[in-house]
Amino acid sequence: MHIPDGFLDAKTAIATGVFSIAGLGTALRHARQHLQSREIPLVGLTAAFIFVAQMLNFPVAGGTSGHLIGATLAMVLLGPSVAIIVMSSVLIIQASIFADGGLLALGANIFNMAIVAPVSGYVVYKTMRILLRDTRGQLISASVASWCTTVIASVFCAGELAWSGTAPWNIVFPAMAGIHAVIGVGEGLITMLVLSAIVKTRPELLTNTSIRSNRNENKSTLIYGIVIILGLILLIVPFASRLPDGLDRVAQSLGFESKKVANHGFSTPLKGYNFFGIESNALSTIAAGMSGAGLVFAISFLLAGVLIPRKKNADNSPYST
Amino acid sequence: MRHDFFDRFSRLDSSIHHLPSSLKLLFSFGIIFTTVIVPVYYQWVFFVFFTILILVSFMSKIPWRFIGGRILFLEPFALGIAVLSLFQHNGFAIFLSILIKSTLCLFTIILFSNTTPFSEILVIFRRIGIPALLITILALTYRYLFVLIDEAVRLRRARDSRMFVIRRSRIWLSLTSLMGQLFIRSTERSERIYTAMISRGWK
Repeated sequence: MHIPDGFLDAKTAIATGVFSIAGLGTALRHARQHLQSREIPLVGLTAAFIFVAQMLNFPVAGGTSGHLIGATLAMVLLGPSVAIIVMSSVLIIQASIFADGGLLALGANIFNMAIVAPVSGYVVYKTMRILLRDTRGQLISASVASWCTTVIASVFCAGELAWSGTAPWNIVFPAMAGIHAVIGVGEGLITMLVLSAIVKTRPELLTNTSIRSNRNENKSTLIYGIVIILGLILLIVPFASRLPDGLDRVAQSLGFESKKVANHGFSTPLKGYNFFGIESNALSTIAAGMSGAGLVFAISFLLAGVLIPRKKNADNSPYST
Repeated sequence: MRHDFFDRFSRLDSSIHHLPSSLKLLFSFGIIFTTVIVPVYYQWVFFVFFTILILVSFMSKIPWRFIGGRILFLEPFALGIAVLSLFQHNGFAIFLSILIKSTLCLFTIILFSNTTPFSEILVIFRRIGIPALLITILALTYRYLFVLIDEAVRLRRARDSRMFVIRRSRIWLSLTSLMGQLFIRSTERSERIYTAMISRGWK
């Protein structure tokens, strides 16, 4: 999802840059107020950890491989504000040293993967945790939140590409959302398995929300929310309202779609999602999204049962974050 | 430090490396910004830029194979998105322009990051007014990135020496438990780093 330079025009780069500065600035202010100095090295090392984790390749069918993005993982481990800082650091270093993601497109990349991703993941995660309060619930929520996060961030990415005139919305939206609906399943699985590995050896790292700044998140989350909604209005709403016009084009592109997917190496359960996408009215898109989330929830639920065996006399709500 | 492969040539000794970093950053940013905003039919602009970049890379003594390999390695990601632009009115022209522009920008960033050490980039960041907290975190991330890669390699080697063949279904489990272990070790390391920083008078 790293957008290289040359794909975004100046107005998109500047607008997303302003959003990123607003979001990252809020996160830094929050951290300065609530983070203990003892925890600053932890933030740096978590960023290095996410960077290394992104380099580990997971084999997928057909000799291809995928890797973690890690926004939700960072959010579950350290809270949304610190996750914004962690993901931004990763992206800044990737852009300026590794040339992975453009320098001018850095604002857009930070907005998608370091602001939209952790914050939307936080909202999903928090909402699910109201009902699922035990450790299994934590893993399930994290997994579903990772899936949602991946898809939401990819939709923003599509909006930016469309607004720059790089690719038409009715092609780039189903392609990005479809591919990332599959990538998101991997993201959810990896997040869940990593968290379960941590729970097995150092459960306290997840239970007492190791980092202090995790309290008082409400005010900063409100600001992130405003920034993201502004982005939504600017980047996605103008296209989404025009969506029915593109009916023919999407259908036309379906042949091409499957080719693109094959290139990426994720060929299996994507078609269902796109099939809903073709109907191309808002309702069926939402339905497709919901069914995708439901599927991920079911998989996570089954897996969590395997990973964390339920103890008989475990008290029910020890981990209310 | 065995895994110094990201910006391996950033500490070479050449006329380009000795230029002030702020100048190089300004220059690279200028090239990228102009490339992005100039319409593609002003082809001479891109030719001029390519010539300048090739001259710079020649003067910087960075091996050709490294630069070429990096560009080829990163190009597929760009291509993957660029293909989407084909499906619109006048798509091929847009596709070509994106390809030229993104390659030019890639070339620029690769040259910049391999002629400027990251610590100097951080100095410029500080001068621009980026908050000190973010600079500290970036410096820590960069410093321990290589340590953590080494750690991951050690964990992986330990795993391999205990196994003969890994079944495909087990790879995900063993890789994720490796990642979990890596995170636990990083938190423990961060506590040691904090003690070390304090004992050297930090804050």
